[in-house]
Amino acid sequence: MSHHHDSKEPKQKKKVQVATGDRAILPEGATTIPVYIMGKRYEVPETLTIMKAMEYAGFKFLRGAGCRGGICGACPTVYRKPGDYKLHFGLACQTVVEPDMYLAQIPFYPANRAAYKIEDLEPNPEIIFSLYPELFRCVACNNCTKACPMGVDVLGYISALKQGDIARAAEISFDCIQCGMCASRCMGELPQYHIAQLARRMYGRAIMPRARHLAKRVEEIESGKYDEMLKSLQTMSHGELEKRYKEREREPDMAPNGTWLPANDPYL
Amino acid sequence: MKVSYYPGCTLKTKAKNLEDAAVASMAALGVDFEELTRWNCCGAVHSLADDDLIHQVAPVRDLVRAMEQGSDKVVTLCSMCYNTLARANLLMRQDEVKRKTINDFMNEEKDYHGEVEVLHFLNFLRDQVGWDTVRNAVKVPLNGLKVAMYYGCTLMRPRNVAIEPIGDTRIMGEFLEAIGAAPVDFPEATTCCGSYQILANPEAAHDVSGRILESAIRAGAEAMVLSCPLCEFNLSKKQPEVLKKNKISREVPVYYFTQLLAMALGLGQEACRFDLNSECSVELLKNKNFPV
Repeated sequence: MSHHHDSKEPKQKKKVQVATGDRAILPEGATTIPVYIMGKRYEVPETLTIMKAMEYAGFKFLRGAGCRGGICGACPTVYRKPGDYKLHFGLACQTVVEPDMYLAQIPFYPANRAAYKIEDLEPNPEIIFSLYPELFRCVACNNCTKACPMGVDVLGYISALKQGDIARAAEISFDCIQCGMCASRCMGELPQYHIAQLARRMYGRAIMPRARHLAKRVEEIESGKYDEMLKSLQTMSHGELEKRYKEREREPDMAPNGTWLPANDPYL
Repeated sequence: MKVSYYPGCTLKTKAKNLEDAAVASMAALGVDFEELTRWNCCGAVHSLADDDLIHQVAPVRDLVRAMEQGSDKVVTLCSMCYNTLARANLLMRQDEVKRKTINDFMNEEKDYHGEVEVLHFLNFLRDQVGWDTVRNAVKVPLNGLKVAMYYGCTLMRPRNVAIEPIGDTRIMGEFLEAIGAAPVDFPEATTCCGSYQILANPEAAHDVSGRILESAIRAGAEAMVLSCPLCEFNLSKKQPEVLKKNKISREVPVYYFTQLLAMALGLGQEACRFDLNSECSVELLKNKNFPV
């Protein structure tokens, strides 16, 4: 599976080609680089993400892969680079391999999650304090923030919660994907990402302003305002539907915002 | 020169009366008093272990935040925040080896060498605002209100961060005089309130709290001011237990010093926040015909 640099083949002008996509068979002349996956060396095509490089190397993901789009939080990966004592963190599906990187995936990290029924909770910081008393073990070392592959200011939201500011914590932690890397590095042993999730739930349920137009629209739907229209569409012939579609009113391209309204507006 | 204000967590949760009154008072006095845009817990308690540097990281990080925002002074209201920040600052100024260790550990931040000065609000009032400015702005002089000046531990100990020379107990007196009140010095002004012993050993905490309240009463005080939410908890929130255990028959109204400032400046309830104090605190002010 590996294509070594030091091949004994006669020297010929190397055609530089970039490996793209997830093809397991390399295009001719594609450059490979060495990476160390859980301590073992593999030659993988450069430009691949860590996830594709691992699959190229023969790994199959049963866990540790999800959306492959950088949002599900299943593939957090920790790695080091030569000559650099720092730990680096990234999502395997989003991070491109670098020569000689040492990496391991940490698809799950144990962190206690408090049991609660969100419907029963007042949006009160005291409740968060009592469900997660570990909060106050934070020493502000900031290792959590350094470990976050999404660039969330973890210390920032933990501090906001200690200050009783649920809305701010919800805002700061919005990009959290629950991967658990913060918890893996915490010297106070906090389950940061579970605490942030509780904050966002409280915020969404009881603090965030409600959209009045949405409530109004739901009311209209429930009152049956749209029933007749839907029924007539459901029973309409294919030909009639097609005709209606073709004749539909369209907003002119590039019309400035808010300047166009359809003539047919009884359902607006 | 720019001054940043560091509130501390408790002022945002259980001691809003300490903060709201101060912020409104500064606005009324036209003093720039801007909260740091980012800050974390001060560390709450200074670690006495010489090699326990991780517990210096929290306060130092706050000082870095103040430096980042171009401030050369950071002001605190809470005595405990003042203490941890001031002591961490001293360490960063004086101990080269530890300073390097801490700066190396916090390598995502700018190096800090003690560039920022940590001030307690009382010192800020005296040195940056001035007692005359305060005096001239007073609309409701607290005439005849006899107030015990309770410092507690963390404003005065250790000596190298004390807000004034130990034994002086002058600054709180000057403050109270500026707002028209009558300061009452008393022997237990710097005795510990029992601090966190209230959790592990509440009886012991009630004993010292009782001694402090009794001493203030004996010195002729009608009320007490302080600047620490933990002292307030032990001496005011827990006062019913303290009075009972020590067989003290008189309640002692307790205020944050900032609340009396706000009242003297003629600010309303939303600034003074006496709603967060005990009933007897409000009653005393009503009996004195102060606007509450």
